[in-house]
Amino acid sequence: MNRWEPVIGLEIHVHLKTRTKMFCACAVEYGAEPNTLTCPVCLGHPGTLPVPNARAVEWTVKLGLALGCEIAAHAVFHRKNYFYPDLAKGYQISQYDEPLCRDGRFLVPTAEGELEVGIVRAHLEEDAAKIVHVGGAGGRIGGADYSLVDYNRAGTPLVEIVTRPDLRSADDARRFLQLLRQTIVELGISDAEMEKGTLRADANISVRRAGDTGLRTRTELKNMNSFSFIARGIEAELARQVEVWESGGEVVQQTYDFHADTGALTARRTKEEAEDYRYFPEPDLVPLSPPPELVEPVRRQLPELPGARVGRLRADLDFEAATGLVTSGRDRLFEAVVAAGGEPRPTANVLMNQFATAGVDPAAVEADEFAKLIAARDRIPRDTFLRAVAESGRPGFAAEPYLAEAAISDTDALAPLVERVLAENPKQVASYRGGKEGVLGFFVGQVMRETRGKADPKVVNELVREKLRA
Amino acid sequence: MIDTLRLTAEEASGLLERGEVSPAELHAAYLGAIEERDGELNAYLRTVAELDGEGVPIAFKDLISTRGVETTAGSRILSGYTPVFDATVATRCREAGLPLLGKTNMDEFAMGSSTENSGFGPTRNPWDPERVPGGSSGGSAAAVAAGLAPWALGSDTGGSVKQPAALCGVVGLRPTYGTVSRYGILAFASSLDQIGPLTKTVRDCALLYRTIAGRDPCDSTTVDLPGPVELPEGEDLRRVRIGLPRQMLELEGIEPGVARAVESALDLARELGAEVAECELPRSVEYGLPCYYLIAPAEASSNLARYDGVRYGLRVDEAWELDAMYERTRDAGFGDEPKRRIMLGTYALSAGYYEAYYGQAQKVRTLIRREHEAVFECFDLIASATSPTVAFPLGAKTQNPLAMYASDLLTIPSNLAGLPGLSIPCGLADALPVGLQLIGPQFSENLLFRAGHALEQALAFDAVPARLAGAAT
Amino acid sequence: MAILREQVLHVAQLARLALTDEEVERFTRQLGAILDAVGKVAELDLADVEPTAHPLDLVNVWRADEPRPSLAADDALANAPAREQGAFRVPPRRA
Repeated sequence: MNRWEPVIGLEIHVHLKTRTKMFCACAVEYGAEPNTLTCPVCLGHPGTLPVPNARAVEWTVKLGLALGCEIAAHAVFHRKNYFYPDLAKGYQISQYDEPLCRDGRFLVPTAEGELEVGIVRAHLEEDAAKIVHVGGAGGRIGGADYSLVDYNRAGTPLVEIVTRPDLRSADDARRFLQLLRQTIVELGISDAEMEKGTLRADANISVRRAGDTGLRTRTELKNMNSFSFIARGIEAELARQVEVWESGGEVVQQTYDFHADTGALTARRTKEEAEDYRYFPEPDLVPLSPPPELVEPVRRQLPELPGARVGRLRADLDFEAATGLVTSGRDRLFEAVVAAGGEPRPTANVLMNQFATAGVDPAAVEADEFAKLIAARDRIPRDTFLRAVAESGRPGFAAEPYLAEAAISDTDALAPLVERVLAENPKQVASYRGGKEGVLGFFVGQVMRETRGKADPKVVNELVREKLRA
Repeated sequence: MIDTLRLTAEEASGLLERGEVSPAELHAAYLGAIEERDGELNAYLRTVAELDGEGVPIAFKDLISTRGVETTAGSRILSGYTPVFDATVATRCREAGLPLLGKTNMDEFAMGSSTENSGFGPTRNPWDPERVPGGSSGGSAAAVAAGLAPWALGSDTGGSVKQPAALCGVVGLRPTYGTVSRYGILAFASSLDQIGPLTKTVRDCALLYRTIAGRDPCDSTTVDLPGPVELPEGEDLRRVRIGLPRQMLELEGIEPGVARAVESALDLARELGAEVAECELPRSVEYGLPCYYLIAPAEASSNLARYDGVRYGLRVDEAWELDAMYERTRDAGFGDEPKRRIMLGTYALSAGYYEAYYGQAQKVRTLIRREHEAVFECFDLIASATSPTVAFPLGAKTQNPLAMYASDLLTIPSNLAGLPGLSIPCGLADALPVGLQLIGPQFSENLLFRAGHALEQALAFDAVPARLAGAAT
Repeated sequence: MAILREQVLHVAQLARLALTDEEVERFTRQLGAILDAVGKVAELDLADVEPTAHPLDLVNVWRADEPRPSLAADDALANAPAREQGAFRVPPRRA
């Protein structure tokens, strides 16, 4: 792929976790019985009218600000017209040429520096209903016997984010999405879980000769429901396009689905004629003009964003550790522990390994106590340390009792034990003295076992050497 | 004996208050009149036998959603559709204690000016059953004129309250856009649709407007009234400046009898103290109709997309294929006029034509608003005929859509500008009623009622159709 | 300005209307006449005029994010032409 440069842009849909739908007061919940979260508005009954959810507007502004966007002085909802049973009104209320947020930039730290991804727009719209295809092969609409429509999801607020084609690898795309997801989660506006479908991403993909500035025909890749599938799907599509160009063919504008189980790409049927959505301003709604009283407090209260925090952590840590801490939501604890005296590298190491394995909620941890654990990590028995890390999120957790289980480092207490172990293993003593220094570990292990892991291995080590020299 | 032909809603309310008649007797009197006279007129699509309310009964145009009562908008595509909720205006009438008499006939989805486009047969004019009642609220207008309802609600998009009011000799108000909720009103063109009263008198009209007007949290496009609705009492027009758009006076196609009746009403206005002079609305009159017939069909093409056979209404699905179901359902369910307008609107919004048609029409709409604003810098009201013609014979215009569209030439411009308009009967031409249209600035309903009431008193128009006058006792 | 038969067919397809041959012929004629009349708006030079989408100059009409009860399941499906397991049943789209 040296001679080909990938050009990738993303379209991301984020479900806002508002209490109610975008244009009606039905609750937003998952897993309810079909059509029990519906009303005349989201069922598109004759005569019903939409009324926008103020919180959804505010949260879109919040997300827009986090993406460095301009917030429109005048934004308009449009109708996107097409027929499909998942659209209760025969149109989707969306935004078109006057979105709420536009022209942003999102910085993604990488090992080589910061990657700047342009944001074309972030707009607010309503989600469609869920359709289940019954009978036929594989639950696809083509061969189904019939379909069942559940409007519970219809009208759920969605923000659509469109990036510029600034991404240059599948890995960049994955990193961008992970950082974006963390940003969205921290803003408190969405669970942004790909598995649940509350975060969905499609990719627009093309390749060009390295050094070219123009763009070649792009394809759209859909149906990727995890970060790793996205990376794999993009890799597969990039490889396919390179293959097509290399073999003298031409890439055709088309939509592909990526099948993670097989790694295969399948093209969707091309429509006979291009869709004509007949966008026009939604006459049942008035324009949005977010006033400064709405925008400015949101701007002021915007937390420090993950991208910036990765940059800050780079002072103490390498790129992978810094990104890992931030995208796992453990960086604030890291900083607090360091502030309380914890050494940066060991702290990061413990947080990304033992702490992560134990599944502790970082928000529940008392940094001072955790710093004491980190400082004592070599002095206390290993299993004591692991237990303490696992318990560190419990309310009222204190390091003290664990530190009290301090390793036995008192030479007077350990000396008789060491002497006994040497006396009981004359053969090994002989082979050590014959030059096999590796036997040292055996003696240390024996002493550790005798103390049930509570001896300080460093002290034991010293003591064993000393006695063997004697 | 209750004389439903002559009884105004205000009088009926008095009878109820004084205990001279019971709500049940009043309701029954109208159901009796319907039984007696509606076989010929077909003003009602269905009546409601149960009495629900202690006040003066009312009829609703069949595009007002009524919980548990079939609502079709005059379309076969909604045969059997029973709303599970009430329109906000229905709720307000219920809260005011007005029992529902029934649902009135209309042009399908309010698309028409004669009520001949109904999927359930035309309504006939009580003044002459061989003629149309106007439309699209022809059922409501005919019901009030024939004493089949003391008052009724209609809807007005391009003139659908004002024009049938004129053709049936009753009072009709198209309110300022945004003062009456559209929630639960089966939509034709969202940026133009307004619900309005059809009544025997201007005071009844004010009473009913007071009941239904005001901001509704379910309709984002509504506003609060700037002040309370006043019941008109004064009988003069002193210092009221009335502008007569020259382009409306000179319009080709205004029947001489209509022009004469309007002229004599304006003479009377002068006698009552009004200052009457000509004004100019050149572009509004020339471009209003084309502008309207782009904007309204465009919005309609989208508003009528929900009639797809999935959630309610008609479904034709023998082929058991999705697109075939859509196409056959909609072909079988819609009549010609909705089909024409859906296609016209779809075309006006489609790629490559949007700017030339819909986009341009929205700009023309701005010109029309500005022209009206300019006139109101010098005048308090604008007056013209409501309809260029009196009621025309059934079938006269059904083969020529453009001729039918021209019926709304005089009502459309102010509708595009979002302005309120009142039509009051101002005399007869060829023994058929003529309507006078009064237009005011936004939120000027109180002035319209005051002027309309003063003229009504002076005109002393007998609103009872001559042929029915003998029938009542 | 006339409209072509193909355009009428295209528009009917976009609007999901199955027209008979007679309807196509009649609507082509009628829509042609209507478009002639409404096409008049193109005469005006309105490059500097703002469009009016709405007669009232309102902005920022919205509601608080407070849930209200949804319809009873029976009401949601009360008018459904076909239903199954609490859902609306529709024909499939053929390939």
